[in-house]
Amino acid sequence: MKKVSRRDFLKATGLVAGGLLLPTGSAAAASAATFPLHKRVGEATSICPYCGVGCGVLLATNAEGHIINTEGDPDNPINRGTLCSKAQSITQLTTDPKRLRKVLYRAPNSDKWEEKSWDWAMAEIAKRVKATRDATFRVKDGDVTVNRTEGIGWLGGAANNTEDCYVAAKFARALGIVYLEHQARICHSSTVGALAPTFGRGAMTNHWVDLKNSDVILIMGSNAAENHPISFRWITKAMEERGAKLIVADPRFTRSASKADLYVPFRSGTDIAFIGGLINYTIQNKLYNEEYVKAYTNALTLISPDYKGPDELDGLFSGYNQASRSYNNASWQYQKETVKAKDASGNEVEVTVPKQAASLDDPQCVFALLKKHFSRYTPEVVERICGTPKDQFLKVAELYCSTGAPDKSGTIMYAMGTTQHTVGSQNIRAYAILQLLLGNIGVPGGGVNALRGESNVQGSTDMALLYHDLPGYLGLPTNKQPDYKTYIAKFDKTSYWSNGPRFFNSLMKAWFGDKATKENDYAFDYIPKRSGDYSVIPMFEAMYKGTLKGLFVMGQNPFVSGPNARFERKAFENLDWLVVMELFDTETSSFWRAPGVDPKTVKTEVFLLPAADAIEKTGSVVNSGRTIQWRTQVATPPGEAKNDIWIIDRMMRAIKAAYQGSTDPKDRPILDLVWDYGDPPQAELVAREINGYALEDVKDANGNVLVAKGAVIPSFATIASAANPDAIACGSWIYGGYWAPADDGTGTIMPAAKRRGQKDPGGVGTHPYWAWTWPANRHTVYNRASARPDGKPWSEAKKLIWWDEAQKKWTGYDVPDFAPTKAPDAKANPAGVGLAAQSGTDAFIMKADGKAWLFAPSGMNEGPFPEHYEPLESPIANVLSKTQINPVIKVFDTDRGKDVGDNVGTVDQFPIVCTTFRLTEHWQSGAMTRYLPWQSEAQPGMFVEISKELAAEKGIKNGDLIEVSSARGKIRAVAMVTSRWKPYIIDGKKVHHIGMPWHFGWQGIARGASANELTPHVGDGNTTIPEYKAFLVDVKKV
Amino acid sequence: MTRLAMLFDASKCIGCKGCQVACKQWWGLPGSETEQTGSYENPADLGPNTWTRVTFHEYEEAGRTQWLFLAWGCVHCTQAACVDVCPTAALKHNELGLVSFERDLCNGCGYCTQACPFGVPRLEMANPLTGQAKASKCTFCQDRATNGLIPACVKTCPPGALEWGERDALIAKAKARVEWLKARGYAQAQLYGEKELGGLGRLFVLTAPPEAYGLPANPQYPTLAAGWQRGVQPFGYVAVGATVLGLAINWIATRRARLNNVEVIAPESEGEKEG
Repeated sequence: MKKVSRRDFLKATGLVAGGLLLPTGSAAAASAATFPLHKRVGEATSICPYCGVGCGVLLATNAEGHIINTEGDPDNPINRGTLCSKAQSITQLTTDPKRLRKVLYRAPNSDKWEEKSWDWAMAEIAKRVKATRDATFRVKDGDVTVNRTEGIGWLGGAANNTEDCYVAAKFARALGIVYLEHQARICHSSTVGALAPTFGRGAMTNHWVDLKNSDVILIMGSNAAENHPISFRWITKAMEERGAKLIVADPRFTRSASKADLYVPFRSGTDIAFIGGLINYTIQNKLYNEEYVKAYTNALTLISPDYKGPDELDGLFSGYNQASRSYNNASWQYQKETVKAKDASGNEVEVTVPKQAASLDDPQCVFALLKKHFSRYTPEVVERICGTPKDQFLKVAELYCSTGAPDKSGTIMYAMGTTQHTVGSQNIRAYAILQLLLGNIGVPGGGVNALRGESNVQGSTDMALLYHDLPGYLGLPTNKQPDYKTYIAKFDKTSYWSNGPRFFNSLMKAWFGDKATKENDYAFDYIPKRSGDYSVIPMFEAMYKGTLKGLFVMGQNPFVSGPNARFERKAFENLDWLVVMELFDTETSSFWRAPGVDPKTVKTEVFLLPAADAIEKTGSVVNSGRTIQWRTQVATPPGEAKNDIWIIDRMMRAIKAAYQGSTDPKDRPILDLVWDYGDPPQAELVAREINGYALEDVKDANGNVLVAKGAVIPSFATIASAANPDAIACGSWIYGGYWAPADDGTGTIMPAAKRRGQKDPGGVGTHPYWAWTWPANRHTVYNRASARPDGKPWSEAKKLIWWDEAQKKWTGYDVPDFAPTKAPDAKANPAGVGLAAQSGTDAFIMKADGKAWLFAPSGMNEGPFPEHYEPLESPIANVLSKTQINPVIKVFDTDRGKDVGDNVGTVDQFPIVCTTFRLTEHWQSGAMTRYLPWQSEAQPGMFVEISKELAAEKGIKNGDLIEVSSARGKIRAVAMVTSRWKPYIIDGKKVHHIGMPWHFGWQGIARGASANELTPHVGDGNTTIPEYKAFLVDVKKV
Repeated sequence: MTRLAMLFDASKCIGCKGCQVACKQWWGLPGSETEQTGSYENPADLGPNTWTRVTFHEYEEAGRTQWLFLAWGCVHCTQAACVDVCPTAALKHNELGLVSFERDLCNGCGYCTQACPFGVPRLEMANPLTGQAKASKCTFCQDRATNGLIPACVKTCPPGALEWGERDALIAKAKARVEWLKARGYAQAQLYGEKELGGLGRLFVLTAPPEAYGLPANPQYPTLAAGWQRGVQPFGYVAVGATVLGLAINWIATRRARLNNVEVIAPESEGEKEG
């Protein structure tokens, strides 16, 4: 920076003293000048690669194929031309000189990168894979054929295209990889873990534009203004146009809170107490929608008389086993009764069905148990646990619970503040229960809305880059499902999941073609089986112990994003080899030369493969609202960077070549894997396989051809209805239709995901001709519940779909999430298969009883209702019971007591509650923002937000360097002293609470300490999502 | 021609800095090296490469915490001192209502930087050999605006806190919004910029007093520029003495040019910043 001296200034100005003689402008003599545009706006469209909103962008490129302009796409109904700061930095993302341009290799114990060719790298990687796989492959676990390797892992990537993720999952499973994970585990796995058992599907129930239809918006565990800025386009619209009210409940006053009608603080990690208080308030004040609750939830279902709740068992549910830290859920089951019914052949048979109470007052029905359970969550208890003053809590209760009225709807928007806790899944269960009581599920402006943080984390989850799953949520077989027959028996017979076996078969056809036949159980043993928890935390424990020897990383930066980062970093040093596909040289790819690491001591070989970014390749991206939008390549990748499908394709070709000629049965899945996406591989051909296509003519029961050989299937319904379903190969049934030809509303036919149609029936924001939304282009799922049991809308204000008596079908503004011609008064046939077993009011078609589950008899490891437990590290004893922490979580203890280890702190050493958060200027671990000048300028480094009161106690001034320590480590950062944090009174005791962003690391431009050096290695009881959001620290001035 | 204007509604702004980066993106302004000093605000000031930025202010009143955000840049005054003092007509009123800037015409005198009551225009050393400086500021994206496009910052604003349109209509809308906000509990809600300096081209709906946003409550046309326009300039046509007076004003101006508000980035340091 050069300053202007007075001399310079005089010199410059002196030169123009003559200017005194020139006339000057004035307002009266305004110029009519026009100025030519200094660059093109651009007309190529794409989708932003950052958060999960899925904003459309317009791009201009120069002759070299480099981006010269980025701005919002006005035709995209999600953002209508608007963009936050990150999206506009696409211009820098694709042109930054720090982008990787060559394949780089780091030899064992070397201190430098060497440039290599792609051919060399692929052959070398294949050798490493083969050696490690062959040495660690396990055919049997006891008597069960498991065909897996625990020696190789895969991480990433939620910012990759759906088609990238699909080929990655196929690649990994063919090798027998079970340590298959990515960002979804650590961001929203608890969402799926809660919403799937409750509603039947694990995704955001509504969508971004639908926020405009809401009357009361509760943002809790999210800072949407910061992390999903475009959501505020729709929130602002709701507030301005329909007088909607915004409530923000958050440990600190955030950018979102700045726009709230009502902001209330609550201590991090106490969501269940807070929402439990709202549930109690709703029930005590009879604000629930009784007709909705009776018809659409399991409120009336009777529960086993053996069931006992935490009010009776000091915080535990019945069936707890202390030794195994787990529950036997036998006592949580529905009471059953036997009824007579006619099966499909017309024979009278006896079947058991859940027994229903006559009224909500029956003490053994779900509703009565719910009422009893949450009666302990009084406003006084909420205040003691959460630190939310009672009067403020009651204001929230009064406002939010007013949405139980049939002409009102309320939405809950949440993200990592909710999910990343040892009770993460049950936090979200609490949201779901509240929303069901208020009749806010399935309706416009309602929902439990999981705000997804990466551009394609929904797509990557759908493609099952998760250890426990297969594409389309079919579930990876476990060692408890030793054969095909026991595996397919897991699918419900009395819901749409009755088609699960067909969907699985079509997946195996897509992967193994004619090697997967009915006769060989669709090559069931070609895919690995899991015997335990292979999620991110156990994965790093395995790396730390040296049993996991080789790791692929596709667009993930665990060095910054992993909990107990010092522990996870040390784990990296035990790898034999690491393959990273990235845009930049991240902290992860360069872990061997991180500050404090001596490269000579690190044996790991690293292959760093330069990848194309989202704008430089073709494929689809699925936003939080499940809308699949197609992106066509716009820019040219830098140097020798390649798209991820190409990279995975070349790796698989090299691995296939390495195994060529093998007669070992364990190698059949690799050699028999269907792998032909063209050369170079085409994303469109991957899309065709995911969508599903006909291997032979697909016919109905009468022999009519539904889909000709080679054509794509129009919908997953084809798989369900075909007389010869084995003629279909389908990579992910829920995507059935996304690549099928469809009308864009103007008569133009194109692959559904490419559509840009603008029609919006009813003006509710569905935009059914824009791209394609899974499942079956339904935008608000469970929308049968938007109508009364009799099929009429709850109110004119909230109509979405309804029964058209004249046409005898469901109609409206969205695709019905229901059998399209099943009348509201249709009776269930208890002996029927699939949806035949459900009635015209069973709105939750993916649930075996057609009802949303207020009470979860299965699917939740720590109980059928959410119960408040303290975070692993907490400043107080649990107010509600002597059960201090979630009783089913696994507390890891590797190297406890050592400098680096699974250490746990206590309140006497670490008296301050800490949480982490994100900033709008950066994205996740910073791997796509901290390298960019504009984003780095706007938010250059690490800081810690502390209250004025804590600052005064510690003698800290704004801008001072401070040290924050936990049982896992110490970091230094700048103090931001703010009135947006206030000390809490928790159970009568003053408790300080602080927070800090977690984006930073030592690479890039915007650098700083990583908050995750402080966070604990402990996960949720259902999905092992790490508890990033509540832990104990101490603070001092440096 | 109907005068166009920009309305910034602070009650809708979420402080996302979309406008700040949109400005840099459209104009190709490089990112500078900044540092975290205990604030969300960065860069810390307007500069030759930062024509729009978001400022952050904590404000407490009657127990209600407000975190105020302001999308800040040139306000395009009707009585624009910068236009009046500009000797080369690089700064001009455009009939659309914006104060345009033509860099080629700018001689780097820096009068505008001294005359502006809001301290908006900044100088940069454009040519270190000759000492030639250039001013810069927000022009409401004059190339976009005069070609029927809306300014980049307005287009990008996620919650629609920035709007572009006919000034009279925006004033009416802003007044209605102020009433709406008052009814919603913002007792201090107010419109800023309707009358100030003959009426600003950038209007503000605020939920707290202007000072809470770092805005002058009562911005004044600078006496320096007033003297210039009424006294000095006519006199300037009398050749003798013009240079002397000009230099005298220069001296005053320069004395005021505290280095913290005349930021200059020398081209040779650009390379480091890119890295």
